[in-house]
Amino acid sequence: MYKLLLCWRYLRTRWIALASVVSVTLGVATMIVVNAVMAGFSHEMQTRIHGILSDIVFESHSLSGFQDPKWHMEEIKRAGGAAIAGMTPTVAVPAMLNFQVRGQWVTRQVMFIGIDESTHAHVSDFGGYLQHPDNRKQLSFNLRDGGYDTVDSQADSPGPTRPALEGAGWPYRRMRVERERLWRQRLESQQAPSAVNKETPQKTQSQPVRSVNAQVEAVLAAADAPADPAADAPLDPATSKQDPFRAVRPEEGRVMDPAQEQFTGIVPGIGLASFRDNTGVDRFLILPGDDVKVTFPTAGTPPKAVSDTFTVVDFYESKMSEYDSNFVFVPIQELQRMRGMIDPQTGIPSVNSIQIKLSPGTDLALMRDQLRKAFPADMYLISSWRDKQGPLLMAVEMEMAVLNILLFLIIAVAGFGILAIFFMIVVEKTRDIGILKSLGASSSGVAGIFLGYGLFLGMLGAGAGLALGLAITWNINTIRACVEWCTGQRVFDPSIYYFFKIPTIVNVYTISWIIAGAVGIAVGASVLPALRAARLHPVEALRHD
Amino acid sequence: MTRAAMRDDTKPVSLGRERDERGSTALVPLLSVRKLRKNYRSGGGLLEVLRGVDFDLDQSGFVAIVGQSGSGKSTLLHLMGLLDEPDSGEVYLSGTRIDNLPAHHRDRLRNTDIGMVFQSYHLLPEFNALENVLAPLMVRYGVLEWMRRKTEARGRARALLERFGLGARLHHKPRQLSGGEMQRVAIARALVSQPRVLLADEPTGNLDEASGAEILDTICELNREDGLSIVLVTHDSAIARRADRIVRLAAGHVETI
Repeated sequence: MYKLLLCWRYLRTRWIALASVVSVTLGVATMIVVNAVMAGFSHEMQTRIHGILSDIVFESHSLSGFQDPKWHMEEIKRAGGAAIAGMTPTVAVPAMLNFQVRGQWVTRQVMFIGIDESTHAHVSDFGGYLQHPDNRKQLSFNLRDGGYDTVDSQADSPGPTRPALEGAGWPYRRMRVERERLWRQRLESQQAPSAVNKETPQKTQSQPVRSVNAQVEAVLAAADAPADPAADAPLDPATSKQDPFRAVRPEEGRVMDPAQEQFTGIVPGIGLASFRDNTGVDRFLILPGDDVKVTFPTAGTPPKAVSDTFTVVDFYESKMSEYDSNFVFVPIQELQRMRGMIDPQTGIPSVNSIQIKLSPGTDLALMRDQLRKAFPADMYLISSWRDKQGPLLMAVEMEMAVLNILLFLIIAVAGFGILAIFFMIVVEKTRDIGILKSLGASSSGVAGIFLGYGLFLGMLGAGAGLALGLAITWNINTIRACVEWCTGQRVFDPSIYYFFKIPTIVNVYTISWIIAGAVGIAVGASVLPALRAARLHPVEALRHD
Repeated sequence: MTRAAMRDDTKPVSLGRERDERGSTALVPLLSVRKLRKNYRSGGGLLEVLRGVDFDLDQSGFVAIVGQSGSGKSTLLHLMGLLDEPDSGEVYLSGTRIDNLPAHHRDRLRNTDIGMVFQSYHLLPEFNALENVLAPLMVRYGVLEWMRRKTEARGRARALLERFGLGARLHHKPRQLSGGEMQRVAIARALVSQPRVLLADEPTGNLDEASGAEILDTICELNREDGLSIVLVTHDSAIARRADRIVRLAAGHVETI
């Protein structure tokens, strides 16, 4: 009993010991905040990564892919059983995205992905990242008649708006076509006397013809040249009649009206289409309704580069800048056709990969290994979304571990402060220790006073640290705003991170470990002084002044 | 103050009963030391403080140990109080050897059977008078048992302090008390666990004449009225004369007067 009472009295009368605990408090608070923010970032990142990637990706090693995705999906279903919740085939090739900004062509290197618009949204969160509410429900590669979100639909609290998206869609497209027409008229009227004949070439240039088919056929013809003499003249009407692709492209050779019609729809990442200025406002370079050109390789060997024009119908924003500035989505049938991935004889398409969604609660690694066993590894690459982003996830985990070690060292330093102060207190209390021993207190009892004192202080410091850490964590965005207001410096730049708020996740497990560690260090630091107190000789202790 | 108020449930052996036992164990002294030797290492040399001391204290006896400074009287008291271990020789309590008991056993004896009073009071500065008196009981009991016995223990401690005229000073910290008051608190603390022997080391040494006399009266009264066995160490022969028997220590040997 005396131990408790003495601990309590010492706690109330020794303020210097409380000072030594301040560093424990600060260390614990810092660790809690850092862990919460890092966990928030990591979680946010994983959600975004996982949002675009399905649970398991089934790929071929080659860019040309493998034939008959239907058969593959059936095989996967057989190998995976009930754990397979959904599948969708995709075709992914590296490509170049070209678009015109104020008369200048901008070229971006992209990953060109053909997706099945009806099933793709079921295997990943892709649908939720789109900007048009109807597209979020069911993706369509047809340009919408306006109604794009001008606020970030994923943000919890309203951030800066995107007024540029206000009239996007058909209204914008019609306006743009009209403006181009007027501009051309003005140009023509200026050049009328000198360039009467230029009208025709200009028209063909501004009103593009679906020309990619010609390119594809040229490529196919070159490949099949010795076997199929008919392909020598691919545009010959006679041969075209026998062309198996005939049915797929009814618009062949027709001049289209851009104000009424669109090219194949395309959904680029928002990072390709816009940039975020330092006030956090998104500036758009292209809008839904604009046309872009994409250059990509065909499936033949060696691949030939072909180009086609697409109409931007939506943007997707996964908030993962790596994806948002890299991925471009088009309908898979179009891409297969344009790349020549459909068997001319049987009409069976090829795909690059199959995205697999697992039913909730399935062991990711286990299912991946199960599928790996079922398919030859030299033909197919089967990886989970974690494998795909392994280095990034590892780096984040590593960073967290290193930070935790460093911060824990702060608490360890605080432990040495406690050690020093406890030694002083033991010296100061030498006579009291002698008195207690003369009253029959055992050595272990005397040691217990100081261990208990260390425990009290540790709990006090860790408790205060917990309160402080949680207070900071829960108000971190207010604090950030306050610091920004005070210093005029941007602490958290939304143009770098794709979220407006600092995400935090308070993990009870982590916090318990931090608290336990801090209390453990405080108790550990009091072991030596406690042993010293216990070993004091009562007679000498009583003589001590 | 009645004996009943001082009685401890856990230890029905009250002073009264011991007095009855005295008849049957009359030949065995309450406390005795045999051939006690104690050396201190000081610098390079060996300081022989006690060179074979023999000493007996009868039940309800009052012995004063006198001697010059450095004659080893305090050391003898510490050895009897189990605060120190002799280099050789034995200490007996009611015929049982106690100096070679395991540490926890000796701690227990110090707590229950031996009461000590020191020259400089040795009160705990963080505790008030009442808590200082309760300290031996707090040392004895764990938290749960303390909770159970708290009321009774506090009653006993309060009664003791009231007996020594400190009823109004219960909640004063030692620094708010005078020397005489502090020493009376210390005596109350020594008595709260109803020890079989009280060891007093120069209890009046730091006090003025009047307070010293009061303390001495209190100690004599405890011996006469309650039959408490007392060993009193002093260098003052006037004080020593109040005891039943005086033992003089010189050069590490006993010279009984």
